Amino acid sequence: MEHEKICLAHGSGGKLSQELVEQVILPAFGNPLLNELHDGASVNMAGTNVAFTTDSYVVKPLFFAGGNIGKLAVCGTVNDLAMTGAVPRYLSVGLILEEGFLMDDLRKIVESMRLAAKEANVLIVTGDTKVVNKGAADGIFINTAGIGDIISGSHISPKCVKPGCDVIVSGYIGDHATTIMAGRHELVLPATLQSDCAPLNGLVQKMLKAVPQIAALRDPTRGGVAATLNEIAEQSKTGILLQENAIPVRSEVQGVCEILGFDPLYLANEGKMLVFVDAKYTKTLLDVMHQHPYGKDACVIGKVTNESIGQVGLQTNIGGIRIVDMPLGVQIPRIC
Amino acid sequence: MPEHNNETKEMAQFLIREIDRLVTKPVRLMEVCGTHTVAIFRAGIRQLLPPQVDLVSGPGCPVCVTPDEYIDKAVAYARCEDVILTTFGDMLRVPGSTSSLGEVKATGADIRVVYSPLESLTIAAQNPHKKIIFLAVGFETTAPTAAATVLATKKQNLTNLFLLSSHKIVPPALKVLLADPAVNIDGFLLPGHVCAITGERPFDFLPETYHMPAVVAGFEPLEILRTIYRLARQIHDDQPTIENEYKRIVKPDGNPAARQILSEVYEPTDAVWRGIGMIPDSGLRMKEQYSAFDAQVVLPMVTKTIAKKTACRCGEVLRGIIKPTACQLFGKACVPEHPIGACMVSVEGSCAAWYKYGSGRYTYGT
Repeated sequence: MEHEKICLAHGSGGKLSQELVEQVILPAFGNPLLNELHDGASVNMAGTNVAFTTDSYVVKPLFFAGGNIGKLAVCGTVNDLAMTGAVPRYLSVGLILEEGFLMDDLRKIVESMRLAAKEANVLIVTGDTKVVNKGAADGIFINTAGIGDIISGSHISPKCVKPGCDVIVSGYIGDHATTIMAGRHELVLPATLQSDCAPLNGLVQKMLKAVPQIAALRDPTRGGVAATLNEIAEQSKTGILLQENAIPVRSEVQGVCEILGFDPLYLANEGKMLVFVDAKYTKTLLDVMHQHPYGKDACVIGKVTNESIGQVGLQTNIGGIRIVDMPLGVQIPRIC
Repeated sequence: MPEHNNETKEMAQFLIREIDRLVTKPVRLMEVCGTHTVAIFRAGIRQLLPPQVDLVSGPGCPVCVTPDEYIDKAVAYARCEDVILTTFGDMLRVPGSTSSLGEVKATGADIRVVYSPLESLTIAAQNPHKKIIFLAVGFETTAPTAAATVLATKKQNLTNLFLLSSHKIVPPALKVLLADPAVNIDGFLLPGHVCAITGERPFDFLPETYHMPAVVAGFEPLEILRTIYRLARQIHDDQPTIENEYKRIVKPDGNPAARQILSEVYEPTDAVWRGIGMIPDSGLRMKEQYSAFDAQVVLPMVTKTIAKKTACRCGEVLRGIIKPTACQLFGKACVPEHPIGACMVSVEGSCAAWYKYGSGRYTYGT
């Protein structure tokens, strides 16, 4: 690696994150389960298929429209489990607090974690608290880990993604990152726009019940839809072609992106998922998704093809096709 | 759900057919502005155009034309204990002769990314014991905000905010390009944001002196196609003139209020452009009465810039002489993760855009 020090971009979910994992993490820890590099691992314990995942949360600001770091820490891990086709059951919570952090703020954060866990129907069963000197952390960092049991009959894996699959997004993209970004830059947003942070496991369960043939699920967090689709194209050895005019982006999000120079395809979401499913099940699946509050705006945004293997293309409104590449580094650091 | 709309596609097809009909010999059109380079790629315009119409990128990416000397100075300031450097994010990764700002930041230097120079005012007020230095780069578009920052600093009686200024103005650079026989251009897509400030008049020399078609371009896909169509018509009729395809933003006289603020603080000066060299009267320096806010006057910094020997051909790319793909480093030793030349750093740099969007006429399925 040419970098002698860690840069923010190493934590972006883009190419440099990939490089870090491939060059430092996998050589040390690599094993068949980890090498899958899925949002969570599927392990077999005492004859039961269990999904296991962990994630750390460092979002700044800690409080934002539509949520806070606590809600994010529960929803993020719940969603990672849900994306492996599991029913999330138990979470752990590790808190790293900076000396001087307001007790009131901690209470608010913990209360949102309680509410999010209740909605997601998971129990927080173990945890840890550490306090570090003032300046050694930024208020509060949270780590959560979670386990769940794999829904029987489902087989969610990028390897199941085949040409002919539709690519479905569960709703408007870019809301979370735009909200965080606007908060940081003191841009006043309309009250209609807030982070989409939400637990998706309820929706996923309904979807898998109706269509167990779903090939793959991913939540496009860091790196956004672009990074997620590039990963899937690469892992499934397929091409993906999106239709620009089908991608749901709120006009507020588009507006902020134009001011700050971002592309919504690369912005993090915290309550959205991408679904890959054989086109013959698309209608059934969309009908189910539209019944659920977190899936009511779901729509098809593209197709899996056998052209341009490993690449994501986008057909623009004027009929040209451009490549949607893997993001290099951070569009925005500390988004989750 | 977004509206599905076939009119856009039909209009695009109509314009492309007309461009094909009007242009009967190979032409090279230069988009001056880096934002256009990106917009053209994003809309997939290059591969829709008939093969006789070639688009080349010009010197309109501010980060790309900022010379090593400037980065070296910024790095030296950033290393000072009592300095907070504020900058646009793109500048962090530009390689200087010894180090980039990003590398200095990783070693603990206080460098903060801002979206407007005015954010530096708040940082200055909150850190009275620190010296805040804003890296003022950019063209006519961003220079007025930098000037407004100087005026606000004065008004708020802040004595700890300074600008390290390297602003540049576009028309003198175009004159240099046109005087170079190696640069072979048949028309210009003029930078819409710059023209929003300057108006159309500073570009009159293009048709008048150089018999060169020029159209002020907007940034929406159809605006860009209409711009190319107008250039094609001017070339076909051999009647070069200045046309404006971005009237919703660009008034013929530009923005006099912004220019007034600009000329209150700044005056023209000679400036070095990376890859091009010194161009007379192509830069802006702070007037003497505002020198108390000029980092180079108040906090003089001597740095030594080591001339680098690389095979990087940014200079030719910036002048539109070669395409990024003609550089032997492109996509091999020089990639966005590890850029060698500045054109690979900024998202609006020609090389970065070419790399990101599949090296030119990207065709899906090949």
